Amino acid sequence: MTTTPRPAESRASGAPAEAADARPTDWPLWEVFVRSRRGLSHTHAGSLHAPDAEMALRNARDLYTRRSEGVSLWVVPSAQITASSPDEKDAFFEPAGDKPYRHPTFYEIPEGVHHL
Amino acid sequence: MTTIAPEEAAQEAAFDATVAAEERIEPRDWMPEAYRSTLVRQIAQHAHSEIIGMQPEANWITRAPSLRRKAILMAKVQDEAGHGLYLYSAAETLGTSRDELLDKLHTGRQKYSSIFNYPTLTWADVGAIGWLVDGAAITNQVPLCRCSYGPYARAMVRICKEESFHQRQGYELLLTLSRGTDAQHAMAQDAVNRWWWPSLMMFGPPDDESSHSAQSMAWKIKRHSNDELRQRFVDICVPQAEALGLTLPDPDLVWNEDRGHHDFGSIDWTEFREVLKGNGPCNEQRINRRRRAHEEGAWVREAAAAHAAKHGKAGR
Ligand SMILES: [Fe+2]
Ligand SMILES: [Fe+2]
Repeated sequence: MTTTPRPAESRASGAPAEAADARPTDWPLWEVFVRSRRGLSHTHAGSLHAPDAEMALRNARDLYTRRSEGVSLWVVPSAQITASSPDEKDAFFEPAGDKPYRHPTFYEIPEGVHHL
Repeated sequence: MTTIAPEEAAQEAAFDATVAAEERIEPRDWMPEAYRSTLVRQIAQHAHSEIIGMQPEANWITRAPSLRRKAILMAKVQDEAGHGLYLYSAAETLGTSRDELLDKLHTGRQKYSSIFNYPTLTWADVGAIGWLVDGAAITNQVPLCRCSYGPYARAMVRICKEESFHQRQGYELLLTLSRGTDAQHAMAQDAVNRWWWPSLMMFGPPDDESSHSAQSMAWKIKRHSNDELRQRFVDICVPQAEALGLTLPDPDLVWNEDRGHHDFGSIDWTEFREVLKGNGPCNEQRINRRRRAHEEGAWVREAAAAHAAKHGKAGR
């Protein structure tokens, strides 16, 4: 099982280099989330490289909202995301599998009873 | 014969089942090494094509005939840069770094579509590229939106949405020229004459010579054969050319009632292979320009990194 936090999408980013002695292209990877309009959640749009958060936001604007696709942006360092392990997928999500009583359709209600 | 560890056999079975069920493979899933390397090669080549493809059109930005056309062309070229970035991101999820990919492009170890090794001689070429080159790209790319690898498929969805403007602006540009003066009409026709055959080559070698096709189809990276997509493109273009009042430069192009498709002349694959080998009209120019842009942009990247370090805001 994976215990170290790993980026959600990237396998490559690893630990980003220290910016001080980083070669420019060692810029860390950022995940970009876009709120497409008020009332909706931010949704993952993709990723990009940037030296810092401010530049990541600017790059995200240019890359993911060229056609007014967003009213708000989040950028998160990919390395900060902890993801569940795909190998354990079944075991990890299994507890929900045998609990159909968590769904309203589990219950039988007599004909003619409304607003329930 | 290689022996496969039982654990790997189980992983391979899970992979096969996921692909067979039309579900997507995601970055952290186990995948066969050959699937990974095929995707890296294809996505990288695709990404390189997007950014090299900025050059032939950017050539005309300063000489666009109106502010409207100039703004449109800048937006299109900027989109192509964006497409490159979506695709480099997708490739990175497979465990390659962007550095490595750019390096391979700059040293000629990875390719880009050979269509971009042709020159843009007149303003009408901007129209012909939008209509035919982006059109062929769309025909290729729409099925890739259902590619078995999730990040690539998602990148393609974004790209395809943006491409339709590219094709339409090119078509409108050609239509304007075609309906203009005799000289403008002739310019449009000349551009179509030069771009038609290279556009058909964009679908790759014929099926019986295409080395990677069968495996890519089995992995559902690819959904249709090269020849199938090429035929689809020809059939789409014929009525569009008619509406433009322009002809396609192929005397053998004719509707075949029995097949329900257009027959068309044979493609000069010698030319294709020559351009691929590096002997096209602009191969050297494109790659030199790309390298120079990268080198000359180094100080900007360094300054941004230094600024981030100084203010302690580097993403970690
Ligand atoms: Fe593109
Ligand atoms: Fe395009």
